[in-house]
Amino acid sequence: MITLFGVFLLCLLLITAIAIVREQNLFAAVMLTSIFSLQMAAIFFILDAADVALTEAAVGAGVATVLLLGALALTTNHEQEVKRHKAMAVVVAAFTSLLIIFATVDMPRLGDPMAPAHQHVAPWYLAETPKQVGIPNVVTAILASFRGYDTLGELFVIFTAGVGVLFLLTNSPSSSPSRLPSADAQGLRHHLVPRVVGRLLVPFIVLFGLYVQFHGDFGPGGGFQAGALICAGLILYALIEGESAALLVVPRSLLLALISGGALLYLAVGLAGLLRGGNFLDYSVLLSDPVAGQHLGILLVELGVGLTVTGVLLTIFHAFAAREQRS
Amino acid sequence: MNLELLATPTSWVLLIAGSAFVLIGGIGALRMPDFYTRMHAASLTDTLGTILILAGVIVQAGVSLAGVKLLAIMVFMLLTSPTAAYALANAARLDGLAPTLSKPDPGDS
Repeated sequence: MITLFGVFLLCLLLITAIAIVREQNLFAAVMLTSIFSLQMAAIFFILDAADVALTEAAVGAGVATVLLLGALALTTNHEQEVKRHKAMAVVVAAFTSLLIIFATVDMPRLGDPMAPAHQHVAPWYLAETPKQVGIPNVVTAILASFRGYDTLGELFVIFTAGVGVLFLLTNSPSSSPSRLPSADAQGLRHHLVPRVVGRLLVPFIVLFGLYVQFHGDFGPGGGFQAGALICAGLILYALIEGESAALLVVPRSLLLALISGGALLYLAVGLAGLLRGGNFLDYSVLLSDPVAGQHLGILLVELGVGLTVTGVLLTIFHAFAAREQRS
Repeated sequence: MNLELLATPTSWVLLIAGSAFVLIGGIGALRMPDFYTRMHAASLTDTLGTILILAGVIVQAGVSLAGVKLLAIMVFMLLTSPTAAYALANAARLDGLAPTLSKPDPGDS
């Protein structure tokens, strides 16, 4: 039954992908991209990757759609016809697809216990997580503790992306958008129904984000997902109440503090491990009890991830929205 | 009377009724003549279809944490889906999309 459902979802995914490629209206293409992400999240979920599904749904279908729409507002709504090199593109695409399909022949069956991925370090993680880290969600344990270096790298990739977008899109961060009141800046003030319902939902979305943030040790969740969820709630607020009202709630200075503060918190936890005589990002030495130290370390590290992700995503949104008002 | 004996048929009836509404909504979205009537058909899927299907699943889940979560999802869907439908129709109206009206009956006026 679950296989049938998976095949059905993959067929839908293929249809959506073809529709995105063929769509000339970019607005419709963005909407289809959002649908694509939701289907992808459903597929991740039936593959038992709840953490990834949550991220995909929040980032892919939620925040990315808003960002793409913000980018679309700066350009035209229609894709330009490209006539050149079509035959060449077909050949390259066909060759690449054949190569990928050929590569999948050698892949192990889904859930095969003899697969290399399940033979290498995975058994060790599964055996050691209850003893060394003591939290039920092994994904969080691997992400934040065993492979803390990788997550630190990921966090700094996001940090760099946020700083890059700030450099590219913001001309003068100090200029307040309230100086340029336009119809768009008012948000949905004059639409009563979306406004009332939206205002009702924002606190619950943010609350759910906080739950995902601090419950990540026990269930699916963690800093990345929580950051995306909280950011989605705040973007909803910005869409309802207008850009300037959202900047009153979370001003630019606070956004910058969130971006750098989260990354610095992660680094500080790593350095605290060094200072207490352990390795960099070794949480066991943070407290006298190694397992409690791991708990504290993971909580702080995930908090750092959540802060930076929220800050970066919101900054990118505001950068796009501020440009929209200028033009 | 055993309650669990009743639960399964009840949930099946609810699930099948909900699925029927989703199917009708899908057919309506394809077959209706203009944007507003299509949206009307599609919003059937959001409200009645969702309520019935989720109610069916809640009956299956019983009084448990999963049931409460499903109830929360149902309330969330009931709040957001009609709002989204309203916003969509309102945007179309503001954009100047006129509904396709039937030709007035000659004997009517």
